[in-house]
Amino acid sequence: MSEVIHAGHHDHHDHGPAKGLLRWLYTTNHKDIGTLYLWFSFAMFLIGGLMALVIRTELFQPGLQFVQPEFFNQMTTNHGLIMVFGAIMPAFVGLANWLIPMQVGAPDMALPRMNNLSFWILPFAFGIMISTLFMEGGGPNFGWTFYAPLSTTYAPDSVTFFIFAVHLMGASSIMGSINIIATILNMRAPGMTLMKMPMFVWTWLITAYLLIAVMPVLAGAVTMMLFDIHFGTSFFNAAGGGDPVMFQHIFWFFGHPEVYIMILPAFGIISHIIPAFARKQLFGYTSMVYAVASIAFLSFIVWAHHMFTVGMPLAGQLFFMYSTMLIAIPTGVKVFNWIATMWRGSMTFETPMLFAIAFVVLFTMGGFSGLMLAITPADYQYHDTYFVVAHFHYVLVPGALFSIIAAVYFWLPKWTGKMYDEALGKLHFWLSFIGVNVTFFPQHFSGLAGMPRRIPDYALQFADFNMLSSIGAFIFGFSQLFFLFVVIKAIRSGKPATARGWEGARGLEWTLPSPAPYHSFTHPPEVKAEEVHG
Amino acid sequence: MTSHEERQKNIKQTVRKLGLIVLGMCGFVVALVPLYDLFCEITGLNGKTGGPYVFEEASAQPDTSRLVRVNFLTNTNQGMIWEFRSGKGSVRVHPGEPKTVSFFVKNPTSRPMIGQAIPSLVPVAATQYFHKTECFCFEQQLLQPGEEMEMPMRFIVDRDLPRNVQSISLSYALFDVTERIGLPADMAATSTASQEPIDSDIAAGG
Repeated sequence: MSEVIHAGHHDHHDHGPAKGLLRWLYTTNHKDIGTLYLWFSFAMFLIGGLMALVIRTELFQPGLQFVQPEFFNQMTTNHGLIMVFGAIMPAFVGLANWLIPMQVGAPDMALPRMNNLSFWILPFAFGIMISTLFMEGGGPNFGWTFYAPLSTTYAPDSVTFFIFAVHLMGASSIMGSINIIATILNMRAPGMTLMKMPMFVWTWLITAYLLIAVMPVLAGAVTMMLFDIHFGTSFFNAAGGGDPVMFQHIFWFFGHPEVYIMILPAFGIISHIIPAFARKQLFGYTSMVYAVASIAFLSFIVWAHHMFTVGMPLAGQLFFMYSTMLIAIPTGVKVFNWIATMWRGSMTFETPMLFAIAFVVLFTMGGFSGLMLAITPADYQYHDTYFVVAHFHYVLVPGALFSIIAAVYFWLPKWTGKMYDEALGKLHFWLSFIGVNVTFFPQHFSGLAGMPRRIPDYALQFADFNMLSSIGAFIFGFSQLFFLFVVIKAIRSGKPATARGWEGARGLEWTLPSPAPYHSFTHPPEVKAEEVHG
Repeated sequence: MTSHEERQKNIKQTVRKLGLIVLGMCGFVVALVPLYDLFCEITGLNGKTGGPYVFEEASAQPDTSRLVRVNFLTNTNQGMIWEFRSGKGSVRVHPGEPKTVSFFVKNPTSRPMIGQAIPSLVPVAATQYFHKTECFCFEQQLLQPGEEMEMPMRFIVDRDLPRNVQSISLSYALFDVTERIGLPADMAATSTASQEPIDSDIAAGG
């Protein structure tokens, strides 16, 4: 009996976070770790963005003005790697940490200590990778896809650090994913059945399975590179009986599921925001779940559409063309459902909703240019041009990134208990929306006209499109500093937010007070029908 | 309290299963390499032609109704300084008719070296219909300093070659495999003795 009382007292003392900076190092609280992930990814976003601006500065005019080609290559490579592995992915993991336990009615993540470890690996991984830029011979310069033999035979000496950094990122992602799956499968409040789970939880469950399936493949690819470079093997070296094309197959077997890893959680976020501001239930919840699952399945059988030009037999090209086009069907289902959710809703256009609508429109455009690229005979013209750059930036920037920004505006009241300034939020949206389109829309045209990607200099005919693109990039880049200002202003002096946050918001997280208490749902909540999406 | 323990047990079980998936995927990557080679060998997808082909000369019945052009290309890989060329740039053959062509190599350096040629064939659709009964690419060549060699290659284009294929290109890339294979013991000594001047030759030349 006395033991029970003692335990009760102990709990009572442990309500708030620990004091001091070490709190962040030792924390196992899902909200703290979510915050760490989000700030880390924002820092990486600024560093990767700075690199993008170096690229756009050099491309402002034809000719070499600011940087040398060697450094330019390091910029394109590191921009890609940092944005993919350092900004987008950790931001989604941060959102998962904050939201999943609250949305399924769990007190914390299933494995809190591993959670701490999987975050704290990341600063070291990116510290190692960015430090290579200051080494003799420079950092990775072979493109974010690091095709062999560019990344083996012809790589700078620092490539070994890059390989180690990728191993660390992979370990972090695998641990994070195991944690998320274990939480979703075991920690749901009674009554929260799988088909009642919020869409963000569903999309992350499937994303986490994708991650644990393909991250070992990426680790294998870089390990083979390591062996080729240091231990005399010839996995990718034709001189020793290897095959550089095999590298591309292995890389894209990882790489294609990876692009869905970066978009599926975005689908989840949008499926929360649109119903909230249309004040209607999500249209077609069940079909949304099945659409995400089929996109995830298809992502494993389309990888070679990234390499149509390596010389594939006709049957292979046809298979990968048709399987790629098949993805348009579940994606179309999702877009249809979002629009149907808005149909005859009482819509208001607060900042998160603006970003969500822009997501639907611009992501769909990126999807359509993806369909164009999937047409094998046409791909021979588009391959490795700025058309490809325009395509994947349309799905990643107004796609994945806009969804993250929308999520921050949408859940900020719940996280901080403060409301951001709506006028400033809208200004941020319009600056971003104009900036992103001015940057990337002209790249479709320069790509169709034949401008190759990853070049520091270009033919005169592309000068106007590139100048436009660079102007857009600076508008977009600086408007993200403005985003930082809006968020900090909200945290410091925002108006207090209500518990519900938004009139139309539904879900267990909105039943908690704002800001959400440090320990929430220590006793499983009752899952009421009106808080459930399905 | 018991439900808490039960939950911890379930979590452990989930983690164990997921760990197995991760391990399984690691194993899958390791298996990918031999699987990829096997897949390419069966389908000829990466343009690699097969090993020695056995065929009975007496029963050969050439398809005289058509001629196929076979082009020969020779390359040396980065760092390989042998001279390497084909006797004829191309030949025209009837499918089913055996043909012998020659390739020449010369080792211009002052040390013994071992070379290995790797074939690659386009179009890929023809890979399975191109047979070699005799080829220098089935073995390595050891050339003494300044030595020249004529290397025969005997091939036959299969009678079943699809009719839309009218031209086949066979490319050989010659690799320096001296270090990988290792010279016979008696030659290795002379090789190391003469190593230094060669390196400086290359440096001066390159």
